[in-house]
Amino acid sequence: MSSQKKTVPFNGSKEQEAELLKVINAHKHDKGALMPVLQEAQEIYGYLPIEVQTIISNEMDIPLEKVYGVATFYSQFSLNPKGKYKVSVCLGTACYVKGSGDIFNKISELLKIEGGECTPDGKFSLDACRCIGACGLAPVLTINSDVYGRLTVDDVKDIIAKYE
Amino acid sequence: MFRSHVLVCGGTGCTSSGSVKIIEALQEEIKKNGLEKEVSVVQTGCHGLCALGPIMIVYPDACFYSMVKEEDVSEIVSEHLLKGRPVQRLLYTETVTEDGIKSLNETDFYKKQHRIALRNCGVINPENIEEYIGTDGYSALGKVLTEYTPDDVIQTLLDSGLRGRGGGGFPTGLKWKLAKGNDADQKYVCCNADEGDPGAFMDRSVLEGDPHVVLEAMAIAGYAIGASQGYIYIRAEYPIAVERLQIAIDQAREYGMLGDNIFGTGFNFDIGLRLGAGAFVCGEETALMTSIEGNRGEPRPRPPFPAQKGLFGKPTILNNVETYANIPQIILNGAQWFSSMGTEKSKGTKVFALGGKIKNTGLVEIPMGTTLRDVVEEIGGGIPNGKKFKAAQTGGPSGGCIPEQHYDIPIDYDNLISIGSMMGSGGLIVMDEDNCMVDIAKFFLEFTVDESCGKCTPCRIGTKRLYEILDKITKGQGTLEDLDKLEELCYYIKDNSLCGLGQTAPNPVLSTLKYFRNEYVAHVVDKKCPSGVCKALLSYVIDADKCKGCTLCARVCPNGAIEGKVKEAHVIHQNKCIKCGACMEKCRFGAISKQ
Repeated sequence: MSSQKKTVPFNGSKEQEAELLKVINAHKHDKGALMPVLQEAQEIYGYLPIEVQTIISNEMDIPLEKVYGVATFYSQFSLNPKGKYKVSVCLGTACYVKGSGDIFNKISELLKIEGGECTPDGKFSLDACRCIGACGLAPVLTINSDVYGRLTVDDVKDIIAKYE
Repeated sequence: MFRSHVLVCGGTGCTSSGSVKIIEALQEEIKKNGLEKEVSVVQTGCHGLCALGPIMIVYPDACFYSMVKEEDVSEIVSEHLLKGRPVQRLLYTETVTEDGIKSLNETDFYKKQHRIALRNCGVINPENIEEYIGTDGYSALGKVLTEYTPDDVIQTLLDSGLRGRGGGGFPTGLKWKLAKGNDADQKYVCCNADEGDPGAFMDRSVLEGDPHVVLEAMAIAGYAIGASQGYIYIRAEYPIAVERLQIAIDQAREYGMLGDNIFGTGFNFDIGLRLGAGAFVCGEETALMTSIEGNRGEPRPRPPFPAQKGLFGKPTILNNVETYANIPQIILNGAQWFSSMGTEKSKGTKVFALGGKIKNTGLVEIPMGTTLRDVVEEIGGGIPNGKKFKAAQTGGPSGGCIPEQHYDIPIDYDNLISIGSMMGSGGLIVMDEDNCMVDIAKFFLEFTVDESCGKCTPCRIGTKRLYEILDKITKGQGTLEDLDKLEELCYYIKDNSLCGLGQTAPNPVLSTLKYFRNEYVAHVVDKKCPSGVCKALLSYVIDADKCKGCTLCARVCPNGAIEGKVKEAHVIHQNKCIKCGACMEKCRFGAISKQ
């Protein structure tokens, strides 16, 4: 993976930490609480850097290697920060047979990043996602919570330009 | 009382194409025209015809508006709701006939469907428990708790012949019977809503359109096996479904349909939501339970089966959303009613998500035994742009491609397996002559390589090797021996993998090898991709007779690979061409073709 991502320093605030501790306390007695806690922690920080995993490990009394194991197993957990605008291109089958692979490549070419990466200015990140279930609109991409469907390669440039 | 109800689809498909704004605009226009007391706007779940979204239906006349835009709303309100004149230009064309407006149920898309699991989708407001109760909701639970013993419930399911709709097709009643037979201080009822097959979205639609049906069926399951706690494991990628499920759970608790002493019978049952985090393998039952326990979602060897030792080591049943959605209707209408539909070994109906190269993309529910041809040609409206059907893919990454020679096969569990595919959760993706079958096999293998959890070697390394061989073939570097090697490796992975993911991962390769071997051979021997998909095997050429020498292609070529003088035929230098296709797209004379 590209080196730029590793240089982003962790800058979590006291408020974020307080919020995280609140979440951990709320789940402390639930069975199988690690997943919900990681999900909410990612909501708070936007990603799960090792610093956040360490807090969770200490507070929940779960070994760090297990926290790390779970955080790296699931594709929705990210150890790296995402861009301000998260571009996801659906590469589910219905979208793929209608040409979403070409759309993904076009965006990668426009933003000059590969899947899983973030632009150096922190503005855009690009991911391939599995089916979001909007197969009737294939091919589909999402930018944060905006959905764009029935796309052609020519549409991509204008859509990205809206966020620049 | 309202004189008119306007139903607007609030499923993911229509929401993505703007139905929320339409509802807002509708409410505003209705207010402006002073119709608040006469017209009610209802946000429903999915109607199924996602290709034509956003969808709006106006009752009592049942006018079906398709592809509605925000700008159209004021016309619909002033013309239709105020003056009673349907807006012809927005009506779904199939419902407009010379003698007036046809009912939706008479259109090709709906005519052959039979809706049991999708009964309430697109009909009721999923965020209001009273609308569910108004359509017989929770009366099956009431009937079971007051009139049935747990054994009666299980016998009814056994008699109905209901089989699991998530893929495997295991008899649901038998699963419950096994779990009931194991004594324990605590048992669990789980719902698999981790709909991971790309291109399948029926579970999402049920959860978005009729969430209470799943809660009701889980409570029935709890009663039958003796469990007091249920969990729904749902994909986090389905935010609307998660939200509506949470609303439904809260309302059901408030109305006493979940919680302690349900219907005053002393039966206790509650349900919790657990969100997945994007791992396909968690659709496998043991992996799903490991994930609910808060671990890496890796599968465990079976036995012990979940009915013996499942979630937190306790007897557990796990059924999929669509399976649950059938159960209250089976209880209310009887096992015989259900088993009268379908084929000998596959009873009832199945929901399919039609996608890919098909006109009516969307959700359909058909009796088992309907032929593939009927589904694609009649209900699905056929292939767009006059292209030819090549294959239908069912079962997602675990399934196979069904070629034209099996177009008339009646769809049921056993028939699909006999031709090398499987039912899976019900994704049905249609492919036409422009799709390369080697590329499709590679696409699915890329998926399984990515999603293999890595626990067992045959799956972790085997699928990677399969992918590498396929990649080599699509690049024109394959040999005929590679085809034999592919096949051998496929059977090895099938026989030796730990869980369903690995055991079925080679299916896309095996079925395409079986039915489309000629395409593989074309890649390997002739070094050609007959469908023009695999870039390395393509070349773009200019037909000198058709070329007018307008120079447009030379100007759009990003790599300066096209040469030619004004008004003279141009030439593409193959060594410089990067095969982006920009020239072909731009040529106004059809002089450039792929070979």
